[in-house]
Amino acid sequence: MTTGVAEAGDAAVVAPSAAALAPAARRSRRLPAALRALRPVALGLAALVLLAALWELVKAVVPEDGWSIGELRVLPRTTDLAMPHVSEMLARLGEPLTSQPGADPLWLAVLRAGGTSLRIAAVSWVIGVVVGFALALLMTRFRVARSAVLPLVVLSQTVPLIALAPLVKGWGAKLELGFTWEPWMSVAVIASYLAFFPVAVGALRGLTSPDTLHRELFAGYAASWTQELVRLRLPASVPHLLPALRLAATSAVLGVVVAEVSTGMPGGIGRMILEFANFASSDPAKPWAPIFGAVLLGLVASGAVALLGTALRRFRRAEVAA
Amino acid sequence: MTAPTTAGAAAPGTPGTTAAAVQVSGVGRVFPGEGGRAVTALEHVDLTVGAGEFVSLIGPSGCGKSTLLRLIADLDSPTSGSIAVFGRPAREARLGHDYGIAFQQAGLLPWRTVRANIELPLSLHGVGRGARRERADEMLALVGLADFADHFPDQLSGGMQQRVAIARALAERPSLLLMDEPFGALDEMTRERLQSELVRICAETRAAVVFVTHSIPEAVFLSDRVVVMSARPGRIAGIVDVGLGRSGDRGDGLREDAAYFAAVTAVREALHGGAESVPSRGVETR
Ligand SMILES: Nc1ncnc2c1ncn2[C@@H]1O[C@H](COP(=O)(O)OP(=O)(O)O)[C@@H](O)[C@H]1O
Ligand SMILES: [Mg+2]
Repeated sequence: MTTGVAEAGDAAVVAPSAAALAPAARRSRRLPAALRALRPVALGLAALVLLAALWELVKAVVPEDGWSIGELRVLPRTTDLAMPHVSEMLARLGEPLTSQPGADPLWLAVLRAGGTSLRIAAVSWVIGVVVGFALALLMTRFRVARSAVLPLVVLSQTVPLIALAPLVKGWGAKLELGFTWEPWMSVAVIASYLAFFPVAVGALRGLTSPDTLHRELFAGYAASWTQELVRLRLPASVPHLLPALRLAATSAVLGVVVAEVSTGMPGGIGRMILEFANFASSDPAKPWAPIFGAVLLGLVASGAVALLGTALRRFRRAEVAA
Repeated sequence: MTAPTTAGAAAPGTPGTTAAAVQVSGVGRVFPGEGGRAVTALEHVDLTVGAGEFVSLIGPSGCGKSTLLRLIADLDSPTSGSIAVFGRPAREARLGHDYGIAFQQAGLLPWRTVRANIELPLSLHGVGRGARRERADEMLALVGLADFADHFPDQLSGGMQQRVAIARALAERPSLLLMDEPFGALDEMTRERLQSELVRICAETRAAVVFVTHSIPEAVFLSDRVVVMSARPGRIAGIVDVGLGRSGDRGDGLREDAAYFAAVTAVREALHGGAESVPSRGVETR
């Protein structure tokens, strides 16, 4: 066979030889991958420090009474009541929840409430992903479904979550499911209403992303629709799906916080935000604790999905021009 | 069940029997255009490609070369006429995996390794793991990429990617290979090297090939016959019998042969509509 010359010639375009190419390519792919995973964390921390600095700067520069143009106040009051010092807010986290003896420290109470909310958010994320993906599959398979369902999906997001809360709570109570409908289930369902949307849209875009070239290739193989789905559309959808899943995760957290407030479910971070708001004048640093907790929840949730993204790295290889 | 005793009476349409690889009869394709302005991409096309024959389609862009290839591949249907592949309708041939296909874009799946890309048609058609691997190894050796089996497409040059695409098209040992400007996006040197490789591969596999190109030297170097097409409407303007010997004997020396230049001239004249003035050897005009 006469392949030797051609092979050597073509290989030279990339690297002196395949043996030399392989380890080099692998190393250069792996090292930055570790760094790349750390970079968002470092950037996030830097952003937090910057935010704290900005907060203190506003406190220092803007007068106590805020800044008004005529009657209109364009910058908020900067009193210690309205904007406690960053250090105060952090210190408050370490102090007990209440003045009662034996009370847990505030940070522990916040984490506990956060854990409750996170578990519910995880459930609503799963519901949202399953429902959103099922809708996207339906819309991919049937063109009719796309023109019928997609507007409804978009329209669904214009219904405010707060309007849904009493409805879902009522339905849950009336349903005969063979198990008792717990308040947290209402919260999960309401939050999933927010979470399914990005998944439906992102998965639809991903599943329909393969170009004519690849679809015709599979048609030429006489591949069934299921084969095309599994071998082509699903893998091709990953780059579109990952940001959608991440958005769904933060939406689920947001949804849970709002749904806890509107259904009045105790124990979660949403309810804690509501309760602690009462301490705005007596203990001004305290209401900020559950707000930090909610932010942390969002970070944890989207971080978990980002981990999923690194597991699916091979499907994110850039499409290469031939 | 007893085996049929009449030897040679293979099922109609089985590749390798007397049926031509491709039989295009009176085919037309009209695309309904905007506001009633339909585009006649092909009109009255008749063409026969024998088993094991290498036929190139050449012509100005927009003359319907890709359309004709897609009709043969049953990726599109003719508005008139009929197409048979190994004696059976194009659709049956597609469902029976009778052909391999390669396009101008390699169209590799970026998340699959070179090996997995070559195995794709095999695994879609239920070939077992061991047999798949063995066949992929063969194909990798055939296109000279054995050392790159576990690389991903984005780690390969354009020429290497195109070779993987050809290996993939050949993986199922098709008796018909359909190629739409497979070397169109490559530089001249890679192109000539791959042309030589294709000649060798075709000699080894004995597959019939329908090869779309807009390069006259490429068509002449590769083909037994060159089909020259004209545009608006797309028709066959002439067929040049290259007759430079069977694929296997062609080396790069051929590119400097007098017969090669004669055929290049013949194709060029046919392309420019001066088919009458061509030295008549092997040129039939329609
Ligand atoms: N899907 C399509 N819809 C409408 N017109 C098409 C379509 N495909 C091809 N055509 C038209 O048919 C003609 C032939 O196209 P094509 O076969 O791609 O030409 P070639 O491959 O020879 O350059 C062109 O005029 C093109 O605009
Ligand atoms: Mg074309």
